[in-house]
Amino acid sequence: MAQAISAQETMARETIVDDRSARVVVVTSGKGGVGKTTSTAALGAALAQQGEKVVVIDFDVGLRNLDLVLGAERRVVFDLINVINGVAKLPQALIRDKRLENLYLLPASQTRDKDALTEDGVAGVIAELRSKFDWIICDSPAGIERGATLAMRHADTAVIVTNPEVSSVRDSDRIIGLLDAKTEKAERGERIDKHLLITRYHAARAARGEMLSIDDVLEILSLPLIGIVPESEEVLRASNVGSPVTLNNPLSAPARAYFEAIRRLKGEHIPMLVPNEGRGIFNKLFGRKAA
Amino acid sequence: MNLFGLFRRGSAHVARERLQILLAHERIARSQPDLLSVLREEILAVVSRHIAFEPDRVQIKMDRGKSVSTLAVDIEIPNGPRTSGAFTV
Repeated sequence: MAQAISAQETMARETIVDDRSARVVVVTSGKGGVGKTTSTAALGAALAQQGEKVVVIDFDVGLRNLDLVLGAERRVVFDLINVINGVAKLPQALIRDKRLENLYLLPASQTRDKDALTEDGVAGVIAELRSKFDWIICDSPAGIERGATLAMRHADTAVIVTNPEVSSVRDSDRIIGLLDAKTEKAERGERIDKHLLITRYHAARAARGEMLSIDDVLEILSLPLIGIVPESEEVLRASNVGSPVTLNNPLSAPARAYFEAIRRLKGEHIPMLVPNEGRGIFNKLFGRKAA
Repeated sequence: MNLFGLFRRGSAHVARERLQILLAHERIARSQPDLLSVLREEILAVVSRHIAFEPDRVQIKMDRGKSVSTLAVDIEIPNGPRTSGAFTV
């Protein structure tokens, strides 16, 4: 397997320069199945599409999927655990995206031994990546166990992915508590930047009062909102073919939501358009296509 | 379509109210153990400068009432010679 790496790829791996200072972002939620991995891939790709140098790290040891969503599942040779154990050097484990030359993936391992993920090991990997990239995006596993706490440990910024649904909102609240207590930044007495990303939003259901509205979620979690990603077949289509939605269909409603989200992450103030189903124009333009 | 008519009001408001009540409780529950352990540590540090006692013979309790909350610190002090000495500080 290792021999399969082409000379070209090896060259690419060696040209990562050490003069950057990355912003570390954790994509987290507590609850599973809300769209963390999809969002990590889409945000990472969107940033890379704008010329930023990005590495996405899969922290879901034992259940890796970020490789699959990015279409890199057959190129995985070494993984995060291999790097931590010293089996492989970091540049050997990084997989460069075939479409976006600025996008790299550090896959999780499929080993069931979660203890392999050590605090010192993760700290070392993050420290090494910081000087080589503009953005480090950590895809957290579900839950509040070791994998999730290590994924958030070194984050400067957190993106909390929430569905407008009771269990997801509750788990997000729990995760917000952890971010304020267990991250390196929080322990230093600093405040970790927290942003809300609402996914799988169904405007028609919210309008009919069947689904929590954006205002409901914001009122309960009181975090700044960086995006509303509508429930959309485009998201499924993108993951089917192993391409981030921002790359697969950049003009689709979810892709636009992710592009706006990264602008807000960078600190831009752009007005948030709440998808307004019913007889609204948004519905006519995007709602039908998206839903 | 009759079904839509029946449930026109939707259930989102129930979800919101349930969440608001639940999270209010969970947030308090979350902050309590931390606050208590900090209080415990700091109180014991101060007291132990003046009085000798067994750290595991200490009880700290917090009760939250509607208008008043109480904090009870119960430290068992052995009546040894060191104790009386400590009081003379």
